[in-house]
Amino acid sequence: MSQNLNLPAWLVWLFLALLAAFVVFGIISVKRSNGIKRSFFASPYAVWMILFTVVPVLLIGYYSLTDASGAFTLDNFKNFWDSNYSVNQLYAQMGPEYAVLIQRGTVNLGILLYSLWMAFLCTVICLALGYPAAYFMADRQLKLGSTLVVLFIIPMWMNFLLRTVAWMTLLEDQGLINTLLKSLGLHGAQLMYNDGAVLLGMVYNFLPFMVFPIYTSLTKMDGKLLEAAQDLGANHVHTFMRVTMPLSIPGIISGITMVFMPSVTTFFIPRILGGGNTMMFGDLIENRFLTEGNWNVGSALSLIMMVLILISLSILRKADPEGEGGGIV
Amino acid sequence: MVEKEHLIDLQHISKDFDGTTVLDDINLYIRKKEFVTLLGPSGCGKTTTLRIIGGFEYPSAGKVLFEGKDIVGLPPYKRKVNTIFQKYALFPHLNVHDNIAFGLKIAKMPRDDIRRRVEKMLDLVNLRGYGKRSVDQLSGGQQQRVAIARALVNEPQVLLLDEPLGALDLKLRKDMQLELKRMQQALGITFLYVTHDQEEALTMSDTVVVMRDGKILQIGDPKSVYDEPANAFVADFIGESNIMRGKMLYDELVRFSGFDFPCVDAGFGQNQPVDVVVRPEDIMIVGEDVGQISGVVQSVLFKGVHYEMMIDTGETVFKVHSTVMQPQGSRVGINIVPYNIHIMKPMPVDDPEGGVEEE
Repeated sequence: MSQNLNLPAWLVWLFLALLAAFVVFGIISVKRSNGIKRSFFASPYAVWMILFTVVPVLLIGYYSLTDASGAFTLDNFKNFWDSNYSVNQLYAQMGPEYAVLIQRGTVNLGILLYSLWMAFLCTVICLALGYPAAYFMADRQLKLGSTLVVLFIIPMWMNFLLRTVAWMTLLEDQGLINTLLKSLGLHGAQLMYNDGAVLLGMVYNFLPFMVFPIYTSLTKMDGKLLEAAQDLGANHVHTFMRVTMPLSIPGIISGITMVFMPSVTTFFIPRILGGGNTMMFGDLIENRFLTEGNWNVGSALSLIMMVLILISLSILRKADPEGEGGGIV
Repeated sequence: MVEKEHLIDLQHISKDFDGTTVLDDINLYIRKKEFVTLLGPSGCGKTTTLRIIGGFEYPSAGKVLFEGKDIVGLPPYKRKVNTIFQKYALFPHLNVHDNIAFGLKIAKMPRDDIRRRVEKMLDLVNLRGYGKRSVDQLSGGQQQRVAIARALVNEPQVLLLDEPLGALDLKLRKDMQLELKRMQQALGITFLYVTHDQEEALTMSDTVVVMRDGKILQIGDPKSVYDEPANAFVADFIGESNIMRGKMLYDELVRFSGFDFPCVDAGFGQNQPVDVVVRPEDIMIVGEDVGQISGVVQSVLFKGVHYEMMIDTGETVFKVHSTVMQPQGSRVGINIVPYNIHIMKPMPVDDPEGGVEEE
């Protein structure tokens, strides 16, 4: 974080002006209505949003479109498309005889595709595991519900990093599982430092975000509807396919969003459980910011990530136009 | 209209929920094309009886015979009955057409047949052209009609109706009562109807079954249940009544309210305590001197068609319905003709108001 913020004065003034305008408008609206309007109480939230959401996004936009000296450039985005961009620039300057050395670097794109693929797998597995879990939790006749809910919530009280590190003690070569296997006279297995371990860590961390929206949508459902379906001749399979499932779609969509978004941007898990062999897009961004100290390229990558998430969100919104996704999305 | 053949037989049905007895040895038969109403205050077990026939509850003991076969173990989706639920339970994710077509699609009926039958049903319930609407856009009465259509389109042998008109306003409820009766007669389907509204029961039914505390108190056609209530509870629950303790002096003479009234009942023995029921509209107000007994008008209420007057005879306060108003505080005579005096064995239990509560 040695990087000088390097913001031009006009940008700082713009932010200050925005904040000032907000405060002035707030005061005017209080005066106009001869008292405090209800919306006035939303102002702490608005200030919070401006300071910690709007301003950072604007900053990311600014950094992604400038170079280290603050001049406008699109190089940061070219850097994403061609990870060898700066070297290639150099070769191009050195003369035509070096042109053969110019080769597009596809590392960043590869990491992005890998992240999307891993996030997709994680979401599918979470849905496959989470739906039945939510279904049993919501089943009033089983009376398992509250116990299961607690079991799902307790791990969430622990820090995300701790939970991930905890898996190491299980999966290590000298970890619990391998020790157990060896004590049974079996061969130990390489459980860590592969995609499977990364996926396991992701599913473990994000599963509750799939379970709870679905659980909410299932418990909200009127039990009489299931009786009505059975009354009209639907057996349990029909009832599930034609009533329970369609009515839980908002929860499913909410769950997919809640799992897919953090999955794509996952970092740390690949480093811990993947042993640094694999990198996800979140790691890449973290790397640009913290290791290389290149805020400009890091911002460009973040922006690309954000656009991708916005696109996938809008697709999901289409599938659930009423937006009743358990009130979470 | 009603056939003799029994369609459903409930034999010695009992039901406990966690040690509480909800139904206690219910015996009831329902004939083909009959309109049977289970009538009683909330908590009397009428809805549980319906749910046992629908297959949503299992009886703790007893048999449910459907066309002579025991169906207790049969799940709801294998029974030839359809239910109209209290709050309709329409599928919110389906439009009107798809709601009605639900059962037919499950039965894998060809698409054209489904469309034809749904259209026919929409006509029957006066909702032509509503097929594409979302059920949320419909009024309560329209949702009710969709629920009826959704059940009837499957051509069930029995339609179970669980207080289907409870959520509608008075005017709509009256219209729907007539409409349901019309449909039942037109389609020749057996209806088993649950309500706590005695007027509804009397208007629509072929047979009324009065229930209380998990027991059947009386089974009969509306007129006999109204005119010859089996006990003071039934009398009080069905219509308004004056219920008095009395003494049967001997056959056809009963003493209550300090006067010996001639009546038409016999066979109670001599000097036996009895409950006496007189309907408010059966009490005639006459001149002070010519009445069997006399009293003072305590209060007068205008009720639309008639006036309701409370007349205090000193021994009893009578509720009297009459189209002619008597001024408050005036002294009037009261006459009761013999066949309007209903004598019944006294209820050993508690006061007849005990189980009555409005929902």
